[in-house]
Amino acid sequence: MTMAAAARAATPPPAERDEPISGEQPMSGIEIDSISMEFTLPDGGVVRALSDVSLGIATGEMVSVLGPSGCGKTTLLNIVGGFLSPTRGAVRLNGHTVKGPAAERGVVFQQGALFEWLTVEQNIGFGPRMAGRPKAEIRDKVHDLLGTVGLQGFAEKPVYQLSGGMQQRVALARCLANDPDVILMDEPLGALDALTREKMQGLVLRLWKETGKTILLITHSVEEALYLGQRLIVMAPRPGRIMKEFRLPFPERGLTMPPREVKASSDFVATREEVLSMIWSMEEEIMGENGSSEVSS
Amino acid sequence: MSAQVKSPRLAIWLGLADNAFTRQKTVKFGDAAAVNSGRFYSVLVVVVLLLAWVVTSALNLIEPFYWPTIQGTWDRFTKLVAEGYRNVPLIDHIGISVYRVLSGVVYGALVGIPIGFAMGLSSVARGFMDPIVEFMRPIPPLALIPLVILWFGIDETAKIFLLFLASLFIMILAARAGVSSVRVSKVHAAYSLGASKLQVLRHVILPNALPEIFTGLRTAMGVCWGTVVAAELVAADQGLGSMIMIAKNFLQTDTVVIGIILIGLIGYTIEMVMRWLERILIPWKGKG
Repeated sequence: MTMAAAARAATPPPAERDEPISGEQPMSGIEIDSISMEFTLPDGGVVRALSDVSLGIATGEMVSVLGPSGCGKTTLLNIVGGFLSPTRGAVRLNGHTVKGPAAERGVVFQQGALFEWLTVEQNIGFGPRMAGRPKAEIRDKVHDLLGTVGLQGFAEKPVYQLSGGMQQRVALARCLANDPDVILMDEPLGALDALTREKMQGLVLRLWKETGKTILLITHSVEEALYLGQRLIVMAPRPGRIMKEFRLPFPERGLTMPPREVKASSDFVATREEVLSMIWSMEEEIMGENGSSEVSS
Repeated sequence: MSAQVKSPRLAIWLGLADNAFTRQKTVKFGDAAAVNSGRFYSVLVVVVLLLAWVVTSALNLIEPFYWPTIQGTWDRFTKLVAEGYRNVPLIDHIGISVYRVLSGVVYGALVGIPIGFAMGLSSVARGFMDPIVEFMRPIPPLALIPLVILWFGIDETAKIFLLFLASLFIMILAARAGVSSVRVSKVHAAYSLGASKLQVLRHVILPNALPEIFTGLRTAMGVCWGTVVAAELVAADQGLGSMIMIAKNFLQTDTVVIGIILIGLIGYTIEMVMRWLERILIPWKGKG
């Protein structure tokens, strides 16, 4: 039953199915199988951060998750990353159950997750070094990745001397150095200014195309979620759950068209408005509840 | 409006001209970041104090029993350097005090850092150690001297053990604070990059704690330097503390003053060396 539930939530309607790979979903890719997450508060109350969430992500697919604050999207990522175990349900990667963090699931954090005592080169080579790979191999790999993310000539720099955008390039390269099956991104561009953010979105798109990695992206930005999601999952709070799923053409389009053109196209704008108004109404619901309780108290 | 003239480096160093940061001063009062070193006034006050000593010495304004003349102090100092004090060369009096401090701090760090790490990483260790650490922390090391003398007598072991105790609790708390300051996303990142528990400890938690540990070492050095002098005042026949105590008994005010000046200068030097080491060894401090 659980498998079927996951497949139901994950598989798009047949008419929209355009990738043959989604047919073999139970074995390949990420399978989030009806997970629930409950936190007990100090006062005895229970917060239902996630309630019966199911989602399948095919190998090589890029999926973005969006939702108002408190909808459990970061909890979801922490569970897939293996940092939290769900109260109920399970996450499987290529058929085996996730039991903790591991090198197969790389994570790119918002900011401040680089090791400031190491240079750019040492940060990127961290994973292979922990795995005990030969020094020459690590050096070559790091050298290649520096080129991939556009940081040639910065190998010896301490990371704290880099700008925010460059630090996130290091974070992406560090994740790729381990050659993970899946890349989990937790608001990786959230702290960047608008222009840098746009540039970095282009980099993420290019890396997705070049590496063919499965990517799960958590974001606050509707535009980013549309631009970097073949599928967009909109989540709702209280309890955290999947509210709606969109299948989007924009990442593929972004591979061949300039970003501004993609983002200005009429269907992009229409979808953006639809998602925005959905999130707005959820936010207003939350505010309304708080507002009324304030009045009554 | 004329172009801004680049101030000479000496003027900037003296704090008489603004540097790149203090130049951006936006308000006349309240912007603490725009306050420069004011080093000119530091130099001034040292010069004035020395001049006052020269003048009072020249005019014989103060009875040498209370405060020696500058000339007499200098003569005594050269004599101390040449002949030592009570058959011990001056450099040995200094050396033994510094040696005691370094030993105490090293032992304190060797024992304290693992305990602090355990307290930061394990509830059991924290629960076990917390009452002991919190109870011992406010006790001044000097209050332990009588007990230490009862246990170890007055030999070298006693002094080093006292300094070990003085630095131990500082180092425990510093290491614990360093461990607690690690951002969980760094630990998550390391695990998701395939690091084992031991590798997370060695490659993430330890380097992350180093700035706090170093601050602890600096504090421990300062406290131990103060403690060693006091301990030598009580019971020792060598060391700067014992030198000024014995000199006092013979009413040799000049030797007492020389000892005090040396204690101050060495304490200052220790602090400067520690700051320099910190800059060299932990350049990432505060950059996380």
